[in-house]
Amino acid sequence: MDLSMRWLRDYVDLKADVKQFCSDITISGSKVECYKEEGAYLENVVVGRVEAIERHPDSDHMFICQVNVGEEELTQIVTGAQNVNAGDYVPVAKHKSTVLHEGKVVKITKGKLRGVASNGMLCSLAELGLTVHDFPYAIDDGIFILGDDCDKTLGKDIREAIGFNDTTVEFEITSNRPDCLAVIGLARETAATYNIPLNVKKPEYKGVDGDVNDYLKVAIHNTDLCKRYIGAIVKNVKIGPSPRWMRERLRASGVRPINNFVDITNYVMLEYGRPMHAFDLRYVEGGEINVRNAKAGETITTLDGVERTLSEEMLVIADAKKPVAVAGVMGGEYSGIMDDTTTVVFESACFDGASVATTAKKLRMRTDASSRYDKGLDPHECYEALMRACQLVEELGAGEVIRNYIDCNYQSEEPRTVDFNADWINSFLGTEIPEAQMIDYLGRLGIKVENGKAVSPWYRVDLGVKADIAEEVARLYDYNNIPDTIIRGVAKAQLTDKQKFERSIREAVIAMGVNEIATFSFISPKYFDKINLPADSKLRKTVTISNPLGEDTSVMRTTVLPSVCEVLARNYNYRNPEAYVFEMGNEYIPVPGSELPDEPVRLGIGVFDTKDSFDFFDLKGIVEGIMKKAGVREYEITRPDENCIFDEKCAFHPGRCAVIIADGEQLGIFGELHPAVLENYGIGTRAYAAKVNIPELMAKGSTERIYTPLPKFPATTRDISVACDASLPVAELEKAIRKAVGSILEKVTLFDVYTGEQIEAGKKSVSYSISMRSHEGTLTDEQADKTMEKVVKALSELGAERR
Amino acid sequence: MKEQLKSIEERAKSELQNVSDIKLLEEIRVKFLGKKGELTAILKQMGGLSAEERPVIGQLANTVRADIEKAIGEKQAQMKAEIAEKKLAAETLDVTLPGRTPKVGRPHPLNAVLAEVEEVFLGMGFDIVEGPEVETDHYCFEALNMPKHHPARDTQDTFYINENVLLRTQTSSVQIRTMEKMKPPIRIISPGRVYRSDAVDATHSPLFHQIEGLVIDKGITMADLKGTLELLMKRLYGEDTQIRLRPHHFPYTEPSAEVDLMCFNCHGKGCSMCKQEGYVELLGAGMVHPKVLADCGIDPEVYSGFAFGIGLERITMGRYNINDMRLLYENDMRFLEQF
Repeated sequence: MDLSMRWLRDYVDLKADVKQFCSDITISGSKVECYKEEGAYLENVVVGRVEAIERHPDSDHMFICQVNVGEEELTQIVTGAQNVNAGDYVPVAKHKSTVLHEGKVVKITKGKLRGVASNGMLCSLAELGLTVHDFPYAIDDGIFILGDDCDKTLGKDIREAIGFNDTTVEFEITSNRPDCLAVIGLARETAATYNIPLNVKKPEYKGVDGDVNDYLKVAIHNTDLCKRYIGAIVKNVKIGPSPRWMRERLRASGVRPINNFVDITNYVMLEYGRPMHAFDLRYVEGGEINVRNAKAGETITTLDGVERTLSEEMLVIADAKKPVAVAGVMGGEYSGIMDDTTTVVFESACFDGASVATTAKKLRMRTDASSRYDKGLDPHECYEALMRACQLVEELGAGEVIRNYIDCNYQSEEPRTVDFNADWINSFLGTEIPEAQMIDYLGRLGIKVENGKAVSPWYRVDLGVKADIAEEVARLYDYNNIPDTIIRGVAKAQLTDKQKFERSIREAVIAMGVNEIATFSFISPKYFDKINLPADSKLRKTVTISNPLGEDTSVMRTTVLPSVCEVLARNYNYRNPEAYVFEMGNEYIPVPGSELPDEPVRLGIGVFDTKDSFDFFDLKGIVEGIMKKAGVREYEITRPDENCIFDEKCAFHPGRCAVIIADGEQLGIFGELHPAVLENYGIGTRAYAAKVNIPELMAKGSTERIYTPLPKFPATTRDISVACDASLPVAELEKAIRKAVGSILEKVTLFDVYTGEQIEAGKKSVSYSISMRSHEGTLTDEQADKTMEKVVKALSELGAERR
Repeated sequence: MKEQLKSIEERAKSELQNVSDIKLLEEIRVKFLGKKGELTAILKQMGGLSAEERPVIGQLANTVRADIEKAIGEKQAQMKAEIAEKKLAAETLDVTLPGRTPKVGRPHPLNAVLAEVEEVFLGMGFDIVEGPEVETDHYCFEALNMPKHHPARDTQDTFYINENVLLRTQTSSVQIRTMEKMKPPIRIISPGRVYRSDAVDATHSPLFHQIEGLVIDKGITMADLKGTLELLMKRLYGEDTQIRLRPHHFPYTEPSAEVDLMCFNCHGKGCSMCKQEGYVELLGAGMVHPKVLADCGIDPEVYSGFAFGIGLERITMGRYNINDMRLLYENDMRFLEQF
């Protein structure tokens, strides 16, 4: 809502300057976004009179003007305009002034035009930042010749002289206060804020004899969606421009002046917050106004020249044959006011907010009218708006208003009331405001307190419960005067096991040198192709957004992997030498038969490093670190087989990928990304990724830590190297060693894997260091050697022979 | 013999004086004090002395031995110190050469600030609860006093999955889920992702984070709300932080407020950082609407409460002076490593 301060001052005697006003009214509840001074860019532009004009001797289109700008000497100005005559009053940009040129602020200084001194410039409307809508008697392509509605004092600042010096304050009005989408509404708030009188008179008009019923019939066919319809007739209409005071108030409010009737309806809408409409009676067939639902497929060309197809739930104003307006949204093009209109129908009606909102949304046309109606207006206020419009017609001499009017479906009701209890309000707010002060605050807002009830004025559609009244009191008291207290009572709070677990895993991953990232939860369905996901993968069944911003953010991710790959790709693109990233975030998995999807927490890790070496085993080390932090003691890491639950395995290098399995359950997958995936993402180096299912990990893990006594006896260590098939996983060897050594095993460490010249082709040499310790005594060499014999035997059974 | 002993002492001391190698020290010790050394040789002759002379010479011999031993010891200590000193000198480093930092990851700035906020609230007895991001219309709007077509819905451009399921536009949905499950007293915060169909720019993102707060108990006042927010802001931004409340409208709270933080840069005077307003909008809050309470089965005549929703991006950006929201989701390593 753009408020003209000049208009506001019609109703309140405001003493504060605009900056102070903006701050005060914000604190009392009407939020100011900003304010703008009209024509602030104009400097040193004044009213002048052309005293003499002659042709430029060396130009066939320029003129030399002697201009009186209220100074002792005349100012000589050369102009190229063709519409200037001696005696004209014009805007004069003097030497060292600023005006607009093609929308930009430019400086005007004296100079010579074809050898003749020119000490300034005569201005057009555009150069002032105005249009012919603001001064209908002026022309677009010439100097603005000031009319009789301007102050012609020579030398006067042009902004003052033509009334282009208003200040517009932009408000953010919340949806519960449609009454503040109006000058009078904001004047009321201003009066309440400063405790000053509000000078609004009830509008009245004289009217002429005649009977409205001879011209117009109104029928409401859907009284649920139209609570009231008032129609009036203006005859002997004289269409023309509206006066300057009206034009300038409209302009400052961001509405373009058109002609007196259109301007009157807009003026009333801005003043009272009540949308109005004016029809040309000639085009209302049969003089019938039918407020009814549209018929399916019915069309109307609205004032903006667009043909709209209507549907049955939309409410229209129709004449005997066709819709002439979309109720509460926009009028039709053919029934609008034209230059030759002679009889006008004024409409002031109350349409249902939800209905207008739905229609406006469906037609994709949010208008000044619809955005007022959709907040729910009260039917009582229709009347004042109509009265005001008729009053303005008479005031402008724009036509003759027939004295009576049609008021359809009006039901007078008892005023709305809410319980008022000062003690309750104080106990709710935590304040000690005296009751009399509360009543005073409410009175300033037009809310009367009678017999323990607060009686709302009709325009306040938002007051329904006693907390609403508490808010009214609090906002005039100033929220900031409410004391600050600490909540009483004790409460114990702690993190849940899940929260603690997730925090500990995040901390562990961070401690291992990986940076946390935050990525969008929605991705493009194309990302599934980018990670090589099979066409029939279950992960392609997504929660899909029906109205996405674009394809890139149109489905909720069912895997964190593409998010991680995307971040790796971006960092690679930015030529960052390395990226170590992880996210602990949700996946969104549709659940058949359930309205809402599952949102399991997943850990996604991604790494590339072009600076230091990083390979599969570095990533495996990170994964093992996570397992340790999670307290999963027994788990294995194997190549994914056909039972792999992770469809993401297709994203990995087939020979460099592993799954983590604990107790038969697959907890995660990791490995080097498939070269094809790297290519899809434009990553020109080897990169690695992992995904770990957090709830499953938590279930297999344990936060319990129990101390094991430190050993009393020394350990004995034996090394062994064996040669075996290159394809035999070392995990098999380790398993055999563990079994052979049994309870005295302390640790098996693989310290070398060798393939090459020293060994037969197709074989590899694997070396272990085996540490043994007994808790009963020092192991003898004999015991150790015996154990190693068992180890050799066990390994040999796997085809691994001692070297 | 006396002279012999004296001479031994003198020679030993003089030899010690000129010694420069620690190995030679041992040779000197052997030469004078060893089993075949000069002093031993003299002592072997003691048998030839008279009974009067023997103790005198014996004592003298012991003194000489002790003196030589002491001198050797001193010399040894001195030489060791010199060697150590030389070694240290030789090992001098150019301490201005670059250090080698072990790789340590960083928490994302949003989570770093969230952790701080959570800590403040845990300290005040607030539990942390979570709720679904893909949510029903009921929990996101309907139960929050925003029936279909409510104009306030327009201010939250919503991503819909279908007519009834959407991406939550606010963490307030968790309020309802909590009130349905828990009996008062309730003190919770609920951080999480929320979604609105805003195109990405420096101050907007279709996905952002909120931290919802909810307190329900007997006798909870608006003054409690103010006190709680004031405390939070002082903990986050320092003791001299000032906030301002101004009336606003949310369908699920009444009275409702927006809370502004006094601009750090200009202290309320107005500058380019706060767009001349002197304050920066920070969060929305209010007393829980009685209808919302009643719909969740909590008697508004007995209980009252307050709720607030903080934009995590906003406080994070303010905290680290980040001027473009996109940076938070771009995950450029050069950005991430700064926190």
